[in-house]
Amino acid sequence: MELNKREFLTLSAGALAFASVAGTSGIALAAVEPTADEMIKAFTSGAAVGEGKVSLTTPEIAENGNTVPVEVSVESPMTADNYVAEVMIVADGNPNPGVATFKFSAMSGEAEASTRIRLAQTQNVIAVAKMSDGSFFMDKKAVKVTIGGCGG
Amino acid sequence: MITRRDFLQWSAVTGAFAAGYCGSLTQLAAQQKITQEDLLRFDSKGTVTLLHLTDIHAQLKPIYFRPPDTNIGVGNFEGIPPHLVGQTFLDHFNIKNGSMLAYAHTMTDYVNLARSYGKLGGLDRMATLVKAIRADRGEDKVLLLDGGDTWQGSYTSLKTNGQDMVDCMKLLKPDAMVGHWEFTFGTDRVNELIEEMDYPFLASNVFDNEWDEPVFEHTAFYEKGGHKVAVIGQAMPYTPIANPRWMFPEWSFGIRAEVLQANVEKARAAGAEVVVLLSHNGFDVDQKLATVVSGIDVILTGHTHDAVPEAIQIGSTLVLSSGSHGKYLGRVDLEIKNGKVVDHNSYLIPVLADVVQPDKEMSAKIDEVRAPYEAECNRVIGKTDSLLYRRGNFNGTWDDLICDSMIAERDAELSFSPGFRWGTTNLPGSDITVDDLYNQTSMNYPSVYRVEFTGTQIKEILEDVCDNLFNKDPFSQQGGDMVRVGGMGYTCAPKQEIGNRISNMTHLKTGEPIDPGKSYVVAGWASVNEDVEGPPIWDLVETHIKSLGTVKLEANTSVKVNDA
Repeated sequence: MELNKREFLTLSAGALAFASVAGTSGIALAAVEPTADEMIKAFTSGAAVGEGKVSLTTPEIAENGNTVPVEVSVESPMTADNYVAEVMIVADGNPNPGVATFKFSAMSGEAEASTRIRLAQTQNVIAVAKMSDGSFFMDKKAVKVTIGGCGG
Repeated sequence: MITRRDFLQWSAVTGAFAAGYCGSLTQLAAQQKITQEDLLRFDSKGTVTLLHLTDIHAQLKPIYFRPPDTNIGVGNFEGIPPHLVGQTFLDHFNIKNGSMLAYAHTMTDYVNLARSYGKLGGLDRMATLVKAIRADRGEDKVLLLDGGDTWQGSYTSLKTNGQDMVDCMKLLKPDAMVGHWEFTFGTDRVNELIEEMDYPFLASNVFDNEWDEPVFEHTAFYEKGGHKVAVIGQAMPYTPIANPRWMFPEWSFGIRAEVLQANVEKARAAGAEVVVLLSHNGFDVDQKLATVVSGIDVILTGHTHDAVPEAIQIGSTLVLSSGSHGKYLGRVDLEIKNGKVVDHNSYLIPVLADVVQPDKEMSAKIDEVRAPYEAECNRVIGKTDSLLYRRGNFNGTWDDLICDSMIAERDAELSFSPGFRWGTTNLPGSDITVDDLYNQTSMNYPSVYRVEFTGTQIKEILEDVCDNLFNKDPFSQQGGDMVRVGGMGYTCAPKQEIGNRISNMTHLKTGEPIDPGKSYVVAGWASVNEDVEGPPIWDLVETHIKSLGTVKLEANTSVKVNDA
């Protein structure tokens, strides 16, 4: 039998552990918001960021820019000495590029997270993963935000 | 009375031609030999035949449909099919000028050839061809697949909420279908009509918003010619963007290539020897998809209304694009050995309505579904001296007429009409009937709005729509043509990036450049927003045509294309 998500949630209600979402948006600060590049540099302390391992899934064109589904997963054995510690997601064209930082541990089993984000315009969504050994990997996807309405 | 069929088939014998009946004797010499058997002639291969019809847009009766004179491809898709038109198309495919294929596929000498060869399509003609191929090959070898955009596009489909199409299509006995405009009947109606069908409505790429689970079956399996064939369905990926999302708010779409790859692998694991994708992605999207997803043998593609005479091959995937409006029946034969396609043949059969004998059962059903509306459908609202057509990247005369109607009847300075690719053609000298009017306008969100936009906003809208047509990445294209603009001229540079394609915007009435800071009164229809107020477009256009009496349109040169 293939268990679907609805049945799974019904069965396991209350038993689920959610990754903590550290939202960085929402509070209007007087200070100028850091750019996506600045946020990534702060996250990595300037370390080199490799390609691969991180898979970011986004729609090519947003159906609704106010709530765009974003999924991220990172390849990792997720063992005590080799796991994904954190994944930061930024949107480089938003007035406030910070989206979320997901924290994981070896106990997480898998480094996967999904959320819905608001995109003000066509832009890149970037996910940067910090591994337990201090290395970094990223994936980047362009998401188009359009008025729509003229499909044939 | 002698019908055109009789004429085409027998005039050779008598040698009597009505003078001036068509363009040239060479053409007549070619077409008089055409018989139904000629249309069906095909070098069969193997034991599996796929029949594909797509984007019929509710055209139960034969129609005229002028192919585009402009269909620009960008990036990797520049200058290759389907982005070839006219003489270039004929040269590329080695098709003779004036031949039946030249008429079906291009606009060269269109009016003359249309008068000679007559209308194309008609679901009763389609039924005859399908039955003939099933009889010839054996039903156990043939799959008939409906690529969608079947339920929308005519007066009767609007009045019956798609019931006319579902009832008629049932008689064709398709094996599966996919959708796009179907969804604009709303979630409840879509579910209701699917209930009535005895074949599956497939979609690998439609998920419910609440649970993120597939809404429809993604794959159907068939035993054909001794082989297990899997058909995976793909709905138009940008339906909630190109059409009003509020009509089906529960559902999310997208290309979802990774889901498709997983479904292909599931199908292979379940023993499929042939995997077919029945797609409403559009031709360029599917050309790219064939390079991104592995393991698909054949993609039967629709949505962009491209008609290419035979399948193109991308890696080990065949892509067949079977046109629109019932003009063609697409056929692909496959020979399969040891779970692999080893040989194939493919062809779009032009459904010449005056050559194919209508299927009696289907004709009767079409008459039955149209009967309550027949008188209204045939009501003449005006006449046209000009050729009225829609298809083309930038403008068509039908849209010129619609744009003029909005400016005249809603007291606007400018008007917008969506770049739909559906809508049939009226020959010069013909009546304009209610059928013709609704073939251009039939839809569930027809209100004509009237708003003020600044010059800056107008440019932003044009740039946005233009990027949905000319983005170099097909996965960012939505599959329509450019929005038609009444009262304004501009220059378009398709090869540029968004923000730099539109220039020289000019208010045609005054000859002045469009002022970025000034507001203009703009009328338009088919907005995807909810609660749009205004009269339905068909009322407005009818009033305008009646006031004209006879439509005469000047050639539209308001859009210039910059190739740089």
